[in-house]
Amino acid sequence: MSDRIVLDAHDLVVRYPGSPPVVAVDGVSLRISAGETVALVGESGSGKSSVARAVAGIDRPAEGEVRFDGGAVTALGIRRRARELTAIQMVFQDPSTSLNPRRRVGDQVSDGITAARARGLEGSRPEEWFERVGLDTAAVSRFPHQFSGGQKQRIAIARALAARPHLLVADEPISALDASTQTSVAALMRDLVSELGAGMLFISHDLAVVQRIADRTLVMYGGRVMESGDTAAIWAAPRHPYTRALLGAIPKPDGAGRVPVSPTAAERATWTDVPPVED
Amino acid sequence: MSTDNRTDALASAGRRTRLRWPRAWRSPLGIVGAVIAIAWVIVAFTASWWVPFEPNAQVLPRLQEPGVDTLLGTDGTGRDIFSRLMTGATVTIPLALMLVVAAMVIGTVVGAVAGYFGRWVDETLMRITDLVMAFPTVILAMVIAASLGPSLFNAVIAAIVVSWPQYARVTRSLVLGLRGQNYVIAGRLLGRSPLTSLTVDILPNIVGPMLVLATLDIGAAILLLSGLSFLGLGAQPPTAEWGSMISWAIQNFDAWWLGVFPGLAILTVVAAFNFLGDALRDILDPTGEVAHENQADRAASATGAAA
Repeated sequence: MSDRIVLDAHDLVVRYPGSPPVVAVDGVSLRISAGETVALVGESGSGKSSVARAVAGIDRPAEGEVRFDGGAVTALGIRRRARELTAIQMVFQDPSTSLNPRRRVGDQVSDGITAARARGLEGSRPEEWFERVGLDTAAVSRFPHQFSGGQKQRIAIARALAARPHLLVADEPISALDASTQTSVAALMRDLVSELGAGMLFISHDLAVVQRIADRTLVMYGGRVMESGDTAAIWAAPRHPYTRALLGAIPKPDGAGRVPVSPTAAERATWTDVPPVED
Repeated sequence: MSTDNRTDALASAGRRTRLRWPRAWRSPLGIVGAVIAIAWVIVAFTASWWVPFEPNAQVLPRLQEPGVDTLLGTDGTGRDIFSRLMTGATVTIPLALMLVVAAMVIGTVVGAVAGYFGRWVDETLMRITDLVMAFPTVILAMVIAASLGPSLFNAVIAAIVVSWPQYARVTRSLVLGLRGQNYVIAGRLLGRSPLTSLTVDILPNIVGPMLVLATLDIGAAILLLSGLSFLGLGAQPPTAEWGSMISWAIQNFDAWWLGVFPGLAILTVVAAFNFLGDALRDILDPTGEVAHENQADRAASATGAAA
C-alpha cells in the first residue's frame, strides 16, 4: 500500500427529486489510497450505491466534491468522458445487465483494453484477462447469454480491469452470486486490484466477505458514515450501536438454527442520535 | 448403462436443435406470409420483363371478361388487367418498402436522440411527434399530398411524414429503457461518446422490435399509398397502380374483374406482410423461443414418462 491518494471525496450530498427531496447521502467523506481496499457497508437504502455512483461520476452530487488523482471528477454528460477519468471503473451489482447481450464478450473486454491504450498504457489481449479472472480463453467469442451469473460477473470484472483502473468501484458485485462463488469472486477482485496497484471501493452488505478483503471499513446508516476505521478493529470492537447491530445480525452456522433478532424501531431511532465514531 | 443412454439422448437432442429451424419460422402463417411476400417482391422487381402486354397499350377489345387470352380480363380502354396488375406491383411494393425504410430511419433517429439525451431535447422532439400524431393519418396524408400536388412521389412524401412518429415513439421508449442499463453506463465509463454509445450499445438491441414494426407497417404503407392513389392524389393515369385501378373500376361497376383483382392483390400483400411481421416478432423474441422449446421438451418428457 502506498500513500498516494487516488480518491478524495468530501462532504458528498446526494439528493433525489421528490417532495420533500430524498437525501440519500448526507455529508459523506472518504479517501482511498492506491492499493487499498475500502469497504462500504450498511443496510439497503443507507446510500451506499448513491455514494458509488457519485464517486464514479455517473451522477452529479448535489454538494461536495470528488477528486480523483488530483483532478475533479465530472459527471457523465453529453460529452465524451475525459481520458484520465477512464481510470475509474465500476463493477455493477447485477451481472445479467452488465454486458451488452448483442456483442461477443471478447469484444466487450477489448473495450477496456482500448480505454487503457487511449491513456497511453500498454495493450493486452482479452484472452489474458479471461485467464486472469479464471475463465476459459476459448470463451472470448461467445455471447453473454451463454454464461452463468458468476461467469458474467467475472467478465465484467475483466472488462473493468482491462482498462487498468486506478480506482475500481464495486457496487455490491457479489450479492447476485450464490454463496459458494461470492468469496472466490471477492478474493479475485482484491488480488487483481492489488496486482494493478489500484484502490478499490467495495460495497457490500456481506460482512463476512468484507472482513476478509477490506483494509478499512466505513459503516453507513441513513446516508451518513456512522463508524469508520480499520476493518479488524471494527470487527473486534465495534463502537457505534448500529455497527454492533449489523455485526450481531450475521447468522452463525452453528446448527442451532437461531435467526438473529431484528432491531426494533426504538433501537433504530437511537442510532442516528449517536454521533459518528471515527478513527 | 442408463447414464450412457442419457448422454446419447442429450447429444442427439443437441444435434437436432442445431439443425432445426427456430419454432417461429415453422408456424404455418409465417411460412404462408413469407412465401406470398417473397413472390410479390420477385414480381415487383421482374414484372416488366415478362408481362404479356405493354401495361398501357390499348390493343385489346374493351371490357373483355377473364379468359384464355387475357387472364384477368381487360379494362374500359382495352388494356390487359393482368399486365397492369403485375406492373402495379413494380410501382407499389418498392415504393412502400422505400417509404417504410425512410420512415423507420427518420423515426428511429428522432426517437433515439430524444430518448438518449432526454430533458429539453426529448420534450422538443416528442412534442413535434405528438403534433404529427394528433392528426388522423389518412387525412393528414391527403392534406400533404394535395398541397404538394397529386403525384406518386408526393404521395410517398406524404406517407413518410405521417408514418415516422410511431417509430419515434417506440424507439424513444426502448432507448429510455436501455439508457440506464449497466452495460451502457459501463461503456460510457470506458470513454465512449454518447453517439458511439447509441450506435454500439443501444441501437443493436432495439433492431429486433423495429424490424417487426417495419414489417407490420409495410402492409399499412401499401394501403395508404393505394388509398391516396384511389383518391386521385397518388399515381396519375395512365400509370398502372392498384389503388387507381380500383378507383377506375368504380366507373364500370358491372365489370367485376376490374376491381376485384387489384383488391385481391392489395389484400394478399398486406396480409402476407402482416403474417411475416407476426412471425418475425416471435422469432426475434429470444425468451419466447426458449419458452416454446422448454414447453416442447416438457411435453416430450411427459409423454416419455407415460410410455
